[in-house]
Amino acid sequence: MSSALILVDSIAGKVTKATAELATFGKRIGSVTAVICSSDAAALSPQLASLAVDKVITCTGVEFEKFSTGATATALAQVIAKESPSVVLIASTARGKEIAGRLAVQSDSGLITDAIDLDAELIATQSVFGGSTTVHSTVTHGTSIVTIRGNSIEAIAGSGAPASEEFAVNYDGRDKAQVLSVSPAVKGGRPELTEAAIVVSGGKGTDGNFAPVEALADSLGAAVGASRAATDAGWYPHSHQVGQTGKTVSPQLYVAAGISGAIQHRAGMQTSKTIVAINKDPEAPIFDVADFGVVGDLFTVLPQATQGVTAKKA
Amino acid sequence: MKIAVCVKQVPDSWAEKKMSADGRLDRAGVDAVLNDLDEYAVEAALKLVEVSSPTGEAGEGSGHTITVISMGPERASEALRKALSMGVDDAILVSDEALAGSDALATSKVLAEVIRNGGFDLVICGTESTDARMSVVPAMLAERLNFAQLTFAGSVAVSGSTVSISRQTEFGVEEMKADFPVVVSVVEKINEPRYPSFKGIMASKKKPLVTQSLAEVGLTASEVGSSAAWSSVKDALPRPARGAGIKVVDDGTGGDQLVSFLAERKLI
Repeated sequence: MSSALILVDSIAGKVTKATAELATFGKRIGSVTAVICSSDAAALSPQLASLAVDKVITCTGVEFEKFSTGATATALAQVIAKESPSVVLIASTARGKEIAGRLAVQSDSGLITDAIDLDAELIATQSVFGGSTTVHSTVTHGTSIVTIRGNSIEAIAGSGAPASEEFAVNYDGRDKAQVLSVSPAVKGGRPELTEAAIVVSGGKGTDGNFAPVEALADSLGAAVGASRAATDAGWYPHSHQVGQTGKTVSPQLYVAAGISGAIQHRAGMQTSKTIVAINKDPEAPIFDVADFGVVGDLFTVLPQATQGVTAKKA
Repeated sequence: MKIAVCVKQVPDSWAEKKMSADGRLDRAGVDAVLNDLDEYAVEAALKLVEVSSPTGEAGEGSGHTITVISMGPERASEALRKALSMGVDDAILVSDEALAGSDALATSKVLAEVIRNGGFDLVICGTESTDARMSVVPAMLAERLNFAQLTFAGSVAVSGSTVSISRQTEFGVEEMKADFPVVVSVVEKINEPRYPSFKGIMASKKKPLVTQSLAEVGLTASEVGSSAAWSSVKDALPRPARGAGIKVVDDGTGGDQLVSFLAERKLI
C-alpha cells in the first residue's frame, strides 16, 4: 500500500497552510503520516486534527529548533527506515529544501525541489527557467523526496483526529551551529508573501511611494511584494522582493503595479494563476504575461481599484 | 585560514534557456557567465581576508588563501578566471566527461571530495545557481563533510576560528555562530561584488588554475553523471505563452475596469 510521509511545517507554534497542502498531495498517493520535529511537538499535534492526515509521528527535542536542518533530516531518515513510505513531501521553503537536501544524502534517495504538482505515480511537475518551461520528472532511486511550492493545491480537510505516536530519534549532534538570538519578524497584519492567495507588488513606478500598493493589498487581504528595483532603492524591505534573486510566489492573483516585468521579476511570479498589470508604458514586457493590463498611472488606477474592491466587499 | 568558494558557470541570466531532448539544460549557443549569486560569495571571501590581512589585501602576504572551486566543462575555466581576476588566489576545476548530467547529489559529492582533499576551514557558496535554482548544495556539503552549516547569511564575520553570521528567515532575524570547519552561503544583499580591475585581470592570467579529473578527485564514473542521477526528466515542454490578455488604456475608469475583471474571475 502506497503511503506518503509529510514533514509538518510551522512558524511560531502554528502549523502552516503549506502543511495542509502537503497532506492533500499525500492523499493522492495513499495514507498520510505527518511527522512533527519540534521542541514542542505536543502543541503542534492537535492542530493536525482537521487536516487530511491518517497518522502523526512526533519527534520532540530542542535540537529541532530554528534552522537545525541536520537534526530534522536525521529524524526523517530514521522514520523512513521504519515506515518505508513511497514518498516524503516537504514544503519548498529555504529551510524545507535544506532539510530535503540533507535527507537525500542521508537516505541515499533522489530529490525533486519546487514541484507545483505531483500525481499518484509520483511524477512531479516543475516550472523552470522563469516559468518558460514545464518539466515532468520522477525520482529513480531510494525514497522519492519532493519539495512542493506553496499554493500549488487547494487543501482538503481530514475526517477525524489521526492516531499519534512518539518516535525517539537517535541524534548524533551534527548541527554544530549555535543560534545566539532570534528577533521575531515584525508581523504586519498582512499574510506571508509566499503563502498569500493574492500578492500586490510595486516597482520602479511607485517612485518610492508604496501607500497605494499597500492600500490595494489591504482591501484584497493580500501580501505586498516588490521588484528588485524597489528593494535596491531601499523603498521596501528585501524580504519582500519577488523575482529570480528574491522569493518565488504562485498566488491565485498577482497584481504588478509600476513593474516593467524584466525576466528576473517574471521568474518569481509567472506561475501565478491570474496576473494583472498596471504600467504607464504600453510597451512594458509585463503586459505580455498579464491577463488584464491597464496602461495608466498607478497613482490614479490603484486608488480607484481599492475603492471599487472595498465597495464590492462592503 | 583556508577559504574555498564554490562557484558554477551558468547561462547568462538574460539569455533564453531551453531544455534539450535529453532533458538537460541546453548550454550550447548560450553565453555562459559566473553565476551572479556566486559573485557575492567571492566578494565575501575577499572581504573576510582583507579585514585581517596585514597588507589590507587578499593574496600573498595576507596570511590566508582563497581557492575557488567549480565542476563543469572545460569552458567553466572562464568563470574561474573571473573569480581569479577579482582577487582569489587559485582555482580548481573538476572536469570530466563522466560528470555530464550530474544532479545536485553528485555535484555535492564531487565538491565535498575536493574540499576534503584541500583541508579547508571555511567554505562559502552563493545561495543558488540561477539555472537550476535548487538551493540545496550548501546544505548537502555540510551534510557530507559534517561541517557546521550557516546558510543564507546577510552578514558574516570571522574571529579566530569562529564564524558569526546574521540572517533573515521566516522565524525572524537570527544571529548564529559556529567553529571551523563551516559551510556558509551568502545572500545577495551581503555586499556589492567588485569589478575586476585591469591589474587584477592581468594578474589572474598567472594564477594557478588546476584542472582535475574525476580519478584525481578520488571518485569513479559510476558515482556521478547522468547514470547516477537519482531523478530523471520524463519530458520538458515550453509552457504555452500566456495569451496576452486584455489591455486597456486608462480613460479615467481603468481602476473600475480592473475591479470588474477581478469580479468576473471571482477573485473578489
